Amino acid sequence: MNAKRADKIATGVIYAISGIVALILIAMLAFILIRGVPNLSWHFLTSPARAFEAGGGIGIQLFNSFYLLILAMIISFPIALGAAIYLNEYSKKGKFTTVVRTAIEILSSLPSVVVGLFGFLIFVVQFHLGFSILSGAIALTFFNLPLLTRSIETSLAQIPNLQREAGSALGLSRWETVIHIILPAAVPSIVTGVVLSAGRVFGEAAALIYTAGQSAPALNFADWNPFNISSPLNPMRPAETLAVHIWKINSEGIMPDANAVSAGASAVLIIVVLLFNLSARKIGAQLYKKLTSA
Amino acid sequence: MDNITQKLMQKSESTKKDSLGRAVSLAALSLIVIVVISIFAFVMSRGLSTFFHDGVHVKDFLFGSTWNPSVVNPQTKQPYIGALPMIFGSFLVTFLAAIVATPFAIGTSLFMTEIAQKRGTKIMQPIIELLVGIPSVVYGFIGLTVVVPFIRSVFGGSGFGILSGTIVLFVMVLPTITSMTVDTLKSVPRHYRESALAIGATRWQMIYKVVLRAATPGILTAIVFGMARAFGEALAVQMVIGNAALMPHNLTSPASTLTSILTMGIGNTVMGSLQNDVLWTLAMILLLMSLVFNLVVRAIGRRGEMK
Amino acid sequence: MVNNIELKPASEFITENMPERYIYDLSAGDHEIAISTKDLQVSYGQNLALSEGDLSFERYKITSLIGASGSGKSTFLRSLNRMNDSVATVKGNIMYRGVDINTKAIDVYEMRRHIGMVFQRPNPFAKSIYNNITFALTQRGQYTKQELDEIVETSLKQAALWDQVKDELDKSALALSGGQAQRLVIARALALKPDILLLDEPSSALDPISSAQVEDTLLKLKDQYTIIIVTHNMQQAARISDYTAFFHMGKVIEYDLTRKIFTRPKVALTNDYISGNFG
Repeated sequence: MNAKRADKIATGVIYAISGIVALILIAMLAFILIRGVPNLSWHFLTSPARAFEAGGGIGIQLFNSFYLLILAMIISFPIALGAAIYLNEYSKKGKFTTVVRTAIEILSSLPSVVVGLFGFLIFVVQFHLGFSILSGAIALTFFNLPLLTRSIETSLAQIPNLQREAGSALGLSRWETVIHIILPAAVPSIVTGVVLSAGRVFGEAAALIYTAGQSAPALNFADWNPFNISSPLNPMRPAETLAVHIWKINSEGIMPDANAVSAGASAVLIIVVLLFNLSARKIGAQLYKKLTSA
Repeated sequence: MDNITQKLMQKSESTKKDSLGRAVSLAALSLIVIVVISIFAFVMSRGLSTFFHDGVHVKDFLFGSTWNPSVVNPQTKQPYIGALPMIFGSFLVTFLAAIVATPFAIGTSLFMTEIAQKRGTKIMQPIIELLVGIPSVVYGFIGLTVVVPFIRSVFGGSGFGILSGTIVLFVMVLPTITSMTVDTLKSVPRHYRESALAIGATRWQMIYKVVLRAATPGILTAIVFGMARAFGEALAVQMVIGNAALMPHNLTSPASTLTSILTMGIGNTVMGSLQNDVLWTLAMILLLMSLVFNLVVRAIGRRGEMK
Repeated sequence: MVNNIELKPASEFITENMPERYIYDLSAGDHEIAISTKDLQVSYGQNLALSEGDLSFERYKITSLIGASGSGKSTFLRSLNRMNDSVATVKGNIMYRGVDINTKAIDVYEMRRHIGMVFQRPNPFAKSIYNNITFALTQRGQYTKQELDEIVETSLKQAALWDQVKDELDKSALALSGGQAQRLVIARALALKPDILLLDEPSSALDPISSAQVEDTLLKLKDQYTIIIVTHNMQQAARISDYTAFFHMGKVIEYDLTRKIFTRPKVALTNDYISGNFG
């Protein structure tokens, strides 16, 4: 076989492979949306799930997913921000930095089920928090921290050193320079990173099944006192999320319309995650524009 | 001393703020390190109690092929705690998924970096990003409603098993391997390609003999990362593999992985019992394997640097 | 006022017995010294970047530091307000207002408010023009809106930028042209009312017109500020400075009145450099 022919064949194969990959994604999206979207209705999105009969919704799970996401972000963002600031602005090359970076790398590669089990062991069992939003939010924090830290660190590193020098030359300390000059300039790219990580957190289930739990007790959406047990804001109640719900009804399968509910729930999950992913860069770009023109 | 000189010798507001800020950010960083250390300490201590507290032999655990911790073997007076089926299952789906995904990942990456740079990146980049973004339970659900029935109708049986697990994992690790391979290929210097083409190589010869060769360490790293993801993936696999703690006799018989037995079992056992301890030992293996994958990546990186 | 010095050809001056170094002794005459260095040594790791740098700078004068790249002139300048602290080891004394500011006891942040610095590339903050100037002030003190407005106006006027930006103070500073941005950065430094202004090749990234504007600005500032400027442009050094120090391979080779250095240098090496034989 001559070289020209091999070249043609190889090119064809590469085209075919890429086509197949594209097809896989399109087929999956089409499958979820075609199967799922017809099930979506206001009733489906707002009413509670039913375990043994058809016609249940995903209202509570949807709320839980967002609530957990927000709590997890509130806990993890300041920690990740602090860690990223130290790594990018203060740390010098040395043993300590190497150890820390290795630890973060290891945490980011741990299976999320292990992170969830650790959360279960410490918070659910040892600290007696039980299956609760709080346990779940902490587990999600552990899951989220390494990637969020790295993404914020990258955002900070993109701000040219000229800005740090400018701050120092005016008698501002490193901290003042970082907080008032570097961070504001890095906001667009930090926001992009945060929204992307929100997408990941929103779809996570393995870290939650043994921390936030697999049940969604009825909520009273008129009661916003976080200390009441049926209040949606109560952080100590068990809270099955959308992703956990999909897993649960497919593994136990006692719900007669499990398939339709899963398809609908998957469609919602995918749509939300896609919205996060698509909007992440748009929001970042928008913020950047605002920052440089105003 | 005048006023300014005096001020020069005092700690300024800026200095105080800086010390505080530095301390706070260091605390945040240390917290992450503490979390990592505690994860290892707690999971390891629970996992090791199978051997130290319950007196199980490591050999029986790793190489025994019967898993039924709540039943005691009347002959040995030991419960059935052979974890080989799950260990084997985990490695098998991981390797198979990586083997299937690698050519697809390399092909797609070549399409994006060598064949159709502009158009390829424009089309494939979002596709790869979307694939990364799809939550694993959705992969599991699609596996359960599409892949499993398909396998059932083609090969008979239940449809659950290694093959279904492999197919689901293949799609899940594909974007991981692809995006990292793309980065590696992009980092191969332009002039490598130009000098190959200048001496009359065809594009494929240039790719095969120069680009892929130069990118080999990076591609291997990408594959190992993909394998780490596959090995640790829990729910999607658990939904399609059948969760039978048996040595698989073929690719379509129900099997299990470490993660699947773990997620199914941990809620149904009592803390501190042997049945519970052995599950933690499975978790410990997961933990150690993710460490091993990390070490392998580092080793590849180091060998790549030496060249 | 601009110096009118003609750069002379080299061969006229080369004589036998020229000294290897010549440092004009400022302390001898009736000069007020703003800042001076003694036994200053700067090293990056094992690399000694500056080995002999004993210089005194006269108050309300412009001093140029010239020399080839890598001669140590920028290193010297950046050591004066300890901008090198995080990257290099700086030994020796830097005397300012009777104290050695190169010691641990000195609060660097306070010190840099009195010894300001402007860099080669304009580096305005991603803030409005107004906030670029007021930011460092408000970080450390209480000012009324009126006081701030006044400071913004005076410093922008001093930097010869006021007329161009007075109607768009709320605009992002990133929208300014290079020359404008550099003058904003100078205004920003002036707002802190420093004693000494260090400038590290402030016009080398600018076009000739902007560069001339920056030079004009500096000449006007010299009544109130001590200015030390690193430049690789010898015409610039000759035009604006009162004193010039020539650096070579980490040492100060010659330091003298500018008009002497550029018309009749005492060291052969200086002569070679200013007549363009190397560098």
